[in-house]
Amino acid sequence: MAFKEINLNMGPQHPSTHGVLRLKLAVDNEVVLSVESIIGYLHRGMEKLWENLTYTQVVPLTDRLDYLASLSNNLGYVLAVEKLAGIEVPRRARYIRVVLAELQRLASHLAWLGFQANDIGAMSVLLYGFEARETILDVFEEYCGARLTIHGIRIGGVPHDLDAALAARIRKVLDGIPRRLADIRALLDDNRIWKQRTVGVGRIAADDAIAYGLTGPCLRACGAAWDMRKDVPYSSYDEFDFDVPLGRNGDVYDRYLVRLEEICQSIRIVRQALDGLPEGETSAKVPRVLKVAPAEVFHTIEAPKGILGFYIRSNGTDKPERVKMKSPSFINLQSVEHMCKGNLFSDVVGILGSLDIVLGEIDK
Amino acid sequence: MPDAAADRPELRPALDALSARFPGVVLSVGVEKGEITVRLGKAGLIPVLRSLKEEAGFNALEDIIVLDNLRTAGEGGKRFTVLYQLCRFPGADRVRLAVDVGEDEGLDSAVPVYRSADWAEREAFDMFGVRFEGHPGLRRIYMPDDFEGHPLRKDFPLEGRDGGV
Amino acid sequence: MTPFVADVLIPVGKIVAVILYPMIMVVVMIWLERRVVALMQGRLGPNRVGFQGVLQPVADAVKLFFKEDIMQRQADAFLFNISPVLVMFSSLLAFCFVPLGEPIRIGTYTLTLWIAESPVGLLIILGLSSISVFGVIFGGWASNSKYPLMGALRSVVQVLSYEIPTGLTVLTVAFVARSMDLVEIVRRQEASGTWYGFLMPVSFIVFWISAVAETNRAPFDLPEAESELVAGYHTEYSGMKFAFFYMAEYAHMVLVSSLVVILFFGGWLPPFPSVKALAFLHAVPGFVWYLVKIMFFLYLYVWIRATLPRYRFDALIRLVWKWLIPLALVNFLVVALVRVLR
Repeated sequence: MAFKEINLNMGPQHPSTHGVLRLKLAVDNEVVLSVESIIGYLHRGMEKLWENLTYTQVVPLTDRLDYLASLSNNLGYVLAVEKLAGIEVPRRARYIRVVLAELQRLASHLAWLGFQANDIGAMSVLLYGFEARETILDVFEEYCGARLTIHGIRIGGVPHDLDAALAARIRKVLDGIPRRLADIRALLDDNRIWKQRTVGVGRIAADDAIAYGLTGPCLRACGAAWDMRKDVPYSSYDEFDFDVPLGRNGDVYDRYLVRLEEICQSIRIVRQALDGLPEGETSAKVPRVLKVAPAEVFHTIEAPKGILGFYIRSNGTDKPERVKMKSPSFINLQSVEHMCKGNLFSDVVGILGSLDIVLGEIDK
Repeated sequence: MPDAAADRPELRPALDALSARFPGVVLSVGVEKGEITVRLGKAGLIPVLRSLKEEAGFNALEDIIVLDNLRTAGEGGKRFTVLYQLCRFPGADRVRLAVDVGEDEGLDSAVPVYRSADWAEREAFDMFGVRFEGHPGLRRIYMPDDFEGHPLRKDFPLEGRDGGV
Repeated sequence: MTPFVADVLIPVGKIVAVILYPMIMVVVMIWLERRVVALMQGRLGPNRVGFQGVLQPVADAVKLFFKEDIMQRQADAFLFNISPVLVMFSSLLAFCFVPLGEPIRIGTYTLTLWIAESPVGLLIILGLSSISVFGVIFGGWASNSKYPLMGALRSVVQVLSYEIPTGLTVLTVAFVARSMDLVEIVRRQEASGTWYGFLMPVSFIVFWISAVAETNRAPFDLPEAESELVAGYHTEYSGMKFAFFYMAEYAHMVLVSSLVVILFFGGWLPPFPSVKALAFLHAVPGFVWYLVKIMFFLYLYVWIRATLPRYRFDALIRLVWKWLIPLALVNFLVVALVRVLR
């Protein structure tokens, strides 16, 4: 049967495009000849909105970018504003931020683990990942009442203190995660099907990855140790002892291993931050109406998906002149065309999943 | 650049070399809040980018940011400022290039130098209408292809042209 | 017993039973699958409709039967409509040849627990189960849509490839039993005192793997891989026709499990049929043993599904051509040799 090249639309409604992404594939039977990603289905014009809101009003909107890691978005934006306005954040607030941001990274990675496994057909892992993530969301709920779009970081500090009861609960949650992780690793790590679906798939060399702008766990899976928490420490990250896990081959399997190891490292960081939680204020004094003299900053943090940057330019009023977000998913998605070419159709799903994209962040 | 790299001494040699190599192209070098901004003339953009990448080791283009100077530009000022946020890995030294470009002018595409400029330039084109010459497929990225206007321009109404949806 | 009862009532009753029995098993299997998978994943699963949710599949079926029947304009109407029927029909028809136990004597009348006994029953069942692949490819092609077409192509390649090891292992059983009659095969196992599964473990393993692949079940569920092909060949189907595909898949699983039990695990025989000390096991009706064994294999299906990721297409084909077929061939030669020498 002659089965020539056909065009296949994957999405915007498709079970494994993680949102409203559309991939235009040209396939020859099962082999993918080319991929073109079409985005914008979720474009809400966030950057335009931000220009018309005050600095404080922007924070809850950043929750809606990467909705699986809303706290990281808060942190990225808030740190940029603080740098712009020269606000010094109390040390206790910085530590609480680290606790929250690392818990968020755990939640994001666990959700990713579930999605990725489900894309490759191991559906139980989805539930195991989400079960573990749920315990973290419960912590967020206890901290500030919200679970998904948390808005848990404010300009100048954090909205609530972290009391002993909550700290004890966080420790309990942290103790539970390695057990769940061990279950998942027992199911996947040495599973022949899992390895055959991930090892060597979606491989990208470190140089190419940097040229494509890849950041975060996907870049570290290539062996490039680029982690903003180490390179440009923000929010007291330099006071904690942690490793930056690296992969070697830059394939889907290494991305999986890197993220698993990052989960362990995040647990380490949270434990240290809870142990060393300094006394003091949880927020700096920030004027009710924050007016910032004309200036510009570009500040980046290491979000769960990669390097998240905010460029903010102020004009002396209480509203920013321009806010530009460098979203990690947007830039990471660019390389999908490079990685998928020549692979089998089934691998597109696995590769896309391994990039850990969130459409809320891509489409802004 | 006398006081330019005052609080980033490690970048000084690279920047000195840059302005020495491209006299007339590098208009100014400024440091603000620890961040370096190099203002360039439009024509010198690509050679400077190439030199920064290949000689100074700035191997990552992190983002392209466009500013609409509609309300701030004085007489004869150009409409847009395009900022190139470069980063050097390993480490994380950053430098920002700023190029002014008028509404009806094009800018050379950075894609031949940095592959990651592809979508960033498409985004800039979509949102502001800045044209990048030599881009392999400059078309809208967020808005539908038949959309008219550029939403992030300052004269584009916040609630959309039809008063919102 | 009047001729009316013997010639009309009992056959009609059997026909009804042969439709009802797979249907009931399908309902049980769907419930079992959803509950067991849920429990393995730390969820509860459906537990509202009826006792522990047993009636959930019935409720779902009723819902599906009342749903709007959608067919897109470009579809080939005849093939589109006929394929779910074909799939369902071939699955149900095969059950006519599946014996449920030894004949029961009621006075002078012998009630056979099958509709048709054929000396080539095994072949007929294999043939019928291959017909269902026509339903799949017709359905996928007639939908005139890309995902179903890809699903159908995958299904054809997969089922055709895995038919070969299935056939080769079935042959070993036929060799040893010197029969293709399913009832005879069970009787032979009784006579020889061992289940063939223990006599020929390789045959069993190859047959089981191929059977899972032929029923398009995880980890070989590529033709309907949700994360890749949305729903594979039945993407465009809705309502009752979708329900047909869905139920046929489960009926097929029940059929395959029955076959495994008959060929390799002594059908309705209790464990160790020839061991005197375990003779009390004969007190349990054969049908119960039979059902218990079938349920075990159905459970195995569910267990595998909850555990393993999905194969990729090239690996799936590599597995069958490079491993299963050579293995089945060698196994076949060994069995044949032993059979001839003895």
